Amino acid sequence: MKTHSIIPLLRKKTLLTLLNKGERKDGRTFNMYRKIEIQTNIIKSAEGSAQVRIGNTIVLTGVKLNLGQPYPDAPDQGVQIVNAELIPLASPSFEPGPPDEDDIELSRVVDRVLRSSETIDLNKLSIIRGKKTWIVYIDIYILNHDGNLFDASVIASVAALLTTKIPKIEIVNENKIKITEEKVDLPIRNLPVSVTFSKIGNHIIVDPCYEEELLSDAMITVGIDSENNICTLQKIKEGCFKPDEILDILKRAINVGSKYREKYLKKLLEKS
Amino acid sequence: MKFIDENGFRKDGRKCDELRPTRISAGVLPNANGSALIEQGGNRIIVAVYGPREIHPRHLARPDRALLRCRYHMAPFSVPERKSPAPSRREIELSKVIREALEPAIFLEEYPRTTIDIFIEVLQADGGTRVASITAASVALAEAGIPMKDLVTAVAIGKINGTIVLDLNHEEDQYGGGDMPIAMMPILNKITLIQADGLFTYDEIKYGLELAKKGIDKLYKIQREALRKIVEVTK
Repeated sequence: MKTHSIIPLLRKKTLLTLLNKGERKDGRTFNMYRKIEIQTNIIKSAEGSAQVRIGNTIVLTGVKLNLGQPYPDAPDQGVQIVNAELIPLASPSFEPGPPDEDDIELSRVVDRVLRSSETIDLNKLSIIRGKKTWIVYIDIYILNHDGNLFDASVIASVAALLTTKIPKIEIVNENKIKITEEKVDLPIRNLPVSVTFSKIGNHIIVDPCYEEELLSDAMITVGIDSENNICTLQKIKEGCFKPDEILDILKRAINVGSKYREKYLKKLLEKS
Repeated sequence: MKFIDENGFRKDGRKCDELRPTRISAGVLPNANGSALIEQGGNRIIVAVYGPREIHPRHLARPDRALLRCRYHMAPFSVPERKSPAPSRREIELSKVIREALEPAIFLEEYPRTTIDIFIEVLQADGGTRVASITAASVALAEAGIPMKDLVTAVAIGKINGTIVLDLNHEEDQYGGGDMPIAMMPILNKITLIQADGLFTYDEIKYGLELAKKGIDKLYKIQREALRKIVEVTK
């Protein structure tokens, strides 16, 4: 993560002593997620938006739509562009400046979760084959960093997409289209979630807070689609995992992920 | 598209659990402290290691260990359509994950206040360049005489026509149903990099990890052979 804060060894010892007893500082068990709060449609100037809180981590995602050209290798598909920024107001460890490797990794992992699970039905966004299509911009803003930015960003992005409205288009002829006042839902066909784990010593815990992230040897983010397929994996930080640990993590990710999809995202889907 | 025929052979004639022909040569660049060239299928990737050396800018120095830096870069002519030489977002992410895949193997604490720089240039790309880069980089690190816990060896598994296969080439990667690069310290049996896109079930990943280990064990032999050759030459 974007920080090289020096942590007193004592703090690591305290945390490890707790973990050895099966406890965490905030009283959670190893598989317990913090409380998730989702607010949608909070930015009027965006076509879709959501703000997600996981504990003290706050992430805001706005979705904007533009008309543009499709990629030459996918002439009849829409375009999905994800951008994440770790802006300096979110943490003393974030600095202003162009996106660095942490911003880019976060954007690209969220992009892969959405793309592999085919969250947005890109086939339905094409307007004129090879010429005109919708471009969906998913911009992720970290407002407060208290760990687990990956999961918060995935939830915020999926929630924002679920609220996104897209203007209806009338095709006049080959070169002319008309944007009507009528709006429809952005076509969504999957509800992926991601579950992030931290490895501290021999302990692997779910949904790490900032301090747990700082003290962890390695982290891993697992993306899970609605059918419980694994749609993304990303090991983060300089540590390593045993193969058995990875398999255990996958099982736990499917378990935890499907529970919180059911609890939070399904509700949003019903609302929209 | 059909990538595996009735007899279980892939388009390039390989079986599902077969690596592409791979050759590694160590010590190919006179100026570098360590270097290696890997040819794996149509990939040609050259890696140079400089360091441990003085660090610039100075404020980056870590009091307790060396700083590891890594740049993964693709030559403009390495792909069919010319690639802009400016670092892309993909290259920035790959530089990070490659560094984090190699870091667990290196005794960085032996060289406080210094830096070890790894420069990776993809000269010709044919799928699986990040994993081939890692395999070559750890040979270059070893050739530079940097103490390591184990070599790091990497390979990708992927899914084509619903089947899990080893070591995807560019075409299989492009049109296949998923790609999972894996790096390991083979003797220590530890995974230092795992990524995935596309869709995999739990059982597919379980099998994929076993398949990857088989490929990694073969590549590990090739890495050691490359290093052994260098020792023989200097003798």
